[in-house]
Amino acid sequence: MSAFLAMNGYGFYIWSAYGIAALAVVVEILLIRSHRKAVLAQARSTVSGPAPRSAVVTE
Amino acid sequence: MAINWFRFSSPATFYPLAGKLVPWFATGAAALAAIGLYVGLVVAPTDFQQSDAYRIIFLHVPAAWMSMFLYVVMAGWSAIALGYNTRLSAMMAQAIAPTGALMTLIALTSGAFWGRPTWGAYWAWDARMTSELILLFLYLGVIALRNAIDDPRRADRACGVLALTGVVNIPIIYFSVQWWNTLHQGATVSLTKAPAMASIMLTGMLIMSLAAWLYAIAAVLARVRTIMVERERGAAWIAALPEVRSA
Repeated sequence: MSAFLAMNGYGFYIWSAYGIAALAVVVEILLIRSHRKAVLAQARSTVSGPAPRSAVVTE
Repeated sequence: MAINWFRFSSPATFYPLAGKLVPWFATGAAALAAIGLYVGLVVAPTDFQQSDAYRIIFLHVPAAWMSMFLYVVMAGWSAIALGYNTRLSAMMAQAIAPTGALMTLIALTSGAFWGRPTWGAYWAWDARMTSELILLFLYLGVIALRNAIDDPRRADRACGVLALTGVVNIPIIYFSVQWWNTLHQGATVSLTKAPAMASIMLTGMLIMSLAAWLYAIAAVLARVRTIMVERERGAAWIAALPEVRSA
């Protein structure tokens, strides 16, 4: 196992590269999730807000 | 029976379709990444020249391919949006930019961690690295430009023009290793010649590439759904969505 992690002395470079990539992917997924929650909350308040707008023609 | 693809060109019909597709692409990406990492980090043998440092290839090459490919797709959607004024195309272009930037970032950082042990430097102003860095700036420029313009339809057009202008950088990245003397080697894998690498290494790289494809599709579809809700809130079809009504 430690030989696998050591990667013949290249472990630092390999695991840094893969670690940063994994972190970046996780951050992207979390950002999409939190953004989705935020826009759904926004849409709900638009729907049930004090002055409900009727269907907006967007095209 | 012919499928009417134009039916899905409207956000109201594309939104639920994208929602059904995301878990499939995400699961496929995770499964292929697990297989690809196992093949790349465990099964593939140590290289006789580069020892184990070469194992960064399984991350670096797929990310670099995706970074260029996503840019071309983003520019393609931008061109359709500019030509036909279709709002879903513009939303697709908007949804691709962050994932494209992510792939570019992974290509650059994995390249740096590969360059240090093999070339002796994390960074060099080699033609391919420089043009890939410009690609990152193009993605970030498209994202920043959108954030700077309040009206989404005007932002669509401005970002579309910028994205299309930036396409000139893609052949520069791709052909940089032929046009200039660079630290990067020429293409190891091409459509016209047999690949100049061991087949198990090639297999690992192709599995990881497929995983990157599926991941990018899942991320872009998930993001475009969010963009639809954000930009069309107030529209009747958004108000009718179960996830909006349920609260």
